[in-house]
Amino acid sequence: MDPGLLAQHAFNGLMLGVIYALVAVGFTLFFGVLDVIKFSHGDVVMLGAFTALAVSAGLTGAGVMSHPLVLLAMLVIAITLMAVVGALLARLLVLPLRGAPAINVLLITLMAGTVIREGVRLFYPQGSNPKPFPRLLPGGTIEIGSFTLRHDSAILFVIGVAAIVGVYLTLARTRLGLAIRAVAQDPETAAAMGIPLTATVLATFAIGSALAALAGVVNGLYYSEISFNLGLLLGAIGFSAAVVGGLGNVYGAILGGFLFAALQTIGAVALPFASAYKDVFAFAAVIVLMALRPAGLLAERSAERI
Amino acid sequence: MKFASLFVALVIALAGLPVEAKDTVRIAFIGPLTGGVSANGLGGRNSADLAVRLRNADAKAPYTYELVVLDDECKPNVGVQVATKAAADNGIVAGVTHYCSTVAMAAVEVYRKFGLPVVVWGAVLPDITYANDYKEVHRVNGTMINQNEAAARFMTGLKFKRWAVIHDTTDYGKGHNKYFSEDLAKNGGQILGTFGVTADQQDFSAELTKIKELKPEVIYFAGLTPIGVRIRSQMDKLGVKAVFQGTSGIVSDAFIEGLGPLAEGVVAFREGAPAEKLPGGRAFLDAYTKQKYPDDPEAYGPFAFAAATLIMDAIDRVGPDRKKVRAELNRTRDYDSIVGKITFDDRRQNAVPLITRFVVQDGKWLVWEDSDYASGKRALVKK
Repeated sequence: MDPGLLAQHAFNGLMLGVIYALVAVGFTLFFGVLDVIKFSHGDVVMLGAFTALAVSAGLTGAGVMSHPLVLLAMLVIAITLMAVVGALLARLLVLPLRGAPAINVLLITLMAGTVIREGVRLFYPQGSNPKPFPRLLPGGTIEIGSFTLRHDSAILFVIGVAAIVGVYLTLARTRLGLAIRAVAQDPETAAAMGIPLTATVLATFAIGSALAALAGVVNGLYYSEISFNLGLLLGAIGFSAAVVGGLGNVYGAILGGFLFAALQTIGAVALPFASAYKDVFAFAAVIVLMALRPAGLLAERSAERI
Repeated sequence: MKFASLFVALVIALAGLPVEAKDTVRIAFIGPLTGGVSANGLGGRNSADLAVRLRNADAKAPYTYELVVLDDECKPNVGVQVATKAAADNGIVAGVTHYCSTVAMAAVEVYRKFGLPVVVWGAVLPDITYANDYKEVHRVNGTMINQNEAAARFMTGLKFKRWAVIHDTTDYGKGHNKYFSEDLAKNGGQILGTFGVTADQQDFSAELTKIKELKPEVIYFAGLTPIGVRIRSQMDKLGVKAVFQGTSGIVSDAFIEGLGPLAEGVVAFREGAPAEKLPGGRAFLDAYTKQKYPDDPEAYGPFAFAAATLIMDAIDRVGPDRKKVRAELNRTRDYDSIVGKITFDDRRQNAVPLITRFVVQDGKWLVWEDSDYASGKRALVKK
C-alpha cells in the first residue's frame, strides 16, 4: 500500500482512538470510585455536543462572528454544564442507590440516558434530523503525497490528547486526584482519614462528564455533524474500551480506546470482507480479549470485576 | 320497571342519533416517527393527517375518518408489532403504511394474515409488491428498479465512467446496489469498489480512504439521509473529490440541513415529480402550510396524502368493510390523485413511469432540468 494512504489510515484510527479514550476514561473513573456502570455516559456526550451547538447558534444569532471566541464559549459552557449534569446525575440517581445491587444503578442510568436522548430529539428544534456542526477551526490542509492532514483534525487531536494528559496529571499530582484514588481504593478507610466521600464522588462524576462534553464537541467538530443518537454506539464502544483495558484503570481505558479504534480500522481496511463487518470484527476481538484477560489488559490491582 | 328502563334506553338512543350523524371510520398510518429518518415519517404522517382533515371538512363525505398513528421506528421488529396492533384491531379498515423498505418487507406478512388492506406510501424495495402475491398490499410510489435504470442511463450520459459504491447493508441499500450495478454495467459504467456499511455507522474514514485510492469519478450512495450526510461530510474532510450520487433515500430537506453548503452539487433520483410540479401539488402544499405542521411534508408526503385519499375514496364507495375495500383498491385504474394517475398492475404496484432527477443548488433540491448544472452555468466536476 502507498505510504501516504497508510499514514491516512493511521491518523484516522488515532483520531477515533482519542474520541473513544475520552469517553472510556469517564466510564473507568465512575467505576473506580463507586464500582458502578453509568450507562447514560454516551448520552451525556451527545448532550454536550448539542449544548455546544446551541451556544454557537445563540452567539451567531447575536452577531458574534469571531470563530475563536465562539469556540471558547462553546467549550467553556458545554464542559461546565455537563460537569454539573454529571454531578447531578451522581447526586440524584447514583449515590442514593449506593447500598442497592449494581444492576439498579445500571438500569436507572440507562433510563436516564434514554430520557436525555429523547428529550434532545423532542425539544431541540428539528431534533430528529442530523444537525450540521459549525466549522470553527481553520480548514486548510497539508497534503503529503496522498496523505491529507486537515489543520482542524490536527488541532482536535492535540486538544484530545492534552485533555487526557490533563486528567492523568490531575489524578497523579493533585490533592483532588489523591482523594479520588483513595476513595477508589477503599472508601471507608478514605472517609476515616477525613476525605469527604460525597464531594469526591461528585467531583469525579463532574470530571468524567466534562471529558464527555469535550468528546462531544471534538466529535462534532471532527465530523461536522451531530445527531441525537450519536451517544448510543459511542457509549457502547467507550464502555467496551474501558472494560477491555481494565475497568477502574485510567491507562487501561486510554489503551482500550486506541485499541478499539485500531481494531475497527484494521477490520475495515486490511480484512478481506465487507467493511460493514468492522464492528463485528472489533467487538468479536474484544470478546476474545475478555476471555483471555477477564479483568482487562491493565487490571486494577485489587482485581475488582463486574 | 323493566318496560320503564327499556323505554328510557330507547329515548336516549333516539335522542343520541341526529339524522345526519356520520359513522366514524378508523384508518391507520404507520411510519418512522422517531429515529434517524423520522423527518420523512413525520412529513408522511402530517400529509395523511391533512388528507383526513380535508375529508372530514367535506360535508358531503359519508363517513367521518379518524387516523390512528403508529410509529414503526424504521425497525422491522417494532414495525411487525405495530402492524399487528393495527391489523388485529377490527375497527381499523385499512392502512397507509411504511417508509422503510425493511420494515415493509417484514410487515406485509402480518397484513396478509389479518386481511388488512394497506397502501404503501414510501418504501421502494420492489420485493414488497413483487416477491409475494398478497392481495392486501398496494403501493402508490414507484420502486427502485425504475429509479436506478434512469440513474445509470443519466449519469453515464453525463460521460462519467468510474464509480465507487457505498451501500447500507439493509434490504434497501442492498437492493439499490444490485439494481444500480446491473444497470450501470449495461450502460458501460465501471464499478471500482463496493462497500457495505451499517445503517448507523458514524465513521467512514477507513472506507473513504480506500475509495480515495481507487480514484472514482462518482460515489454512488445507497442508503438513507443520516449516514448520507456523514459520508458526504467526511468525503470533504479526507479530500475525496468525486460527485456524490444518492438515491431517493436522501431526497429530503434534512439532508441539506445536515450538510449546509457541502450539499451543493449532490445528485439523486426519485420516482414521481416534485410536489410543486404534481397535478395537485400546489393545492396540497398550500393546504399543508395552512395546517401549520411543525415539520415539512418531505419527499414522500404527497404519496402518503394520495394513499390516504385513495383509501378513503374506496371506503366512501363500498363502506367500511376490509374485504370490500381490498377488492375496491385492487381494481384501481386511472384514479386521479395529486401524484398523477394511479393504476395498479397485477401485483397492485402503481406504475410511476416518471423519474425525476434532482440536484442540490444553493441549498435546495432542484429538478435537474431547471438547474444551472443542466444549463451549463455550473459543473458537477470543478475544473
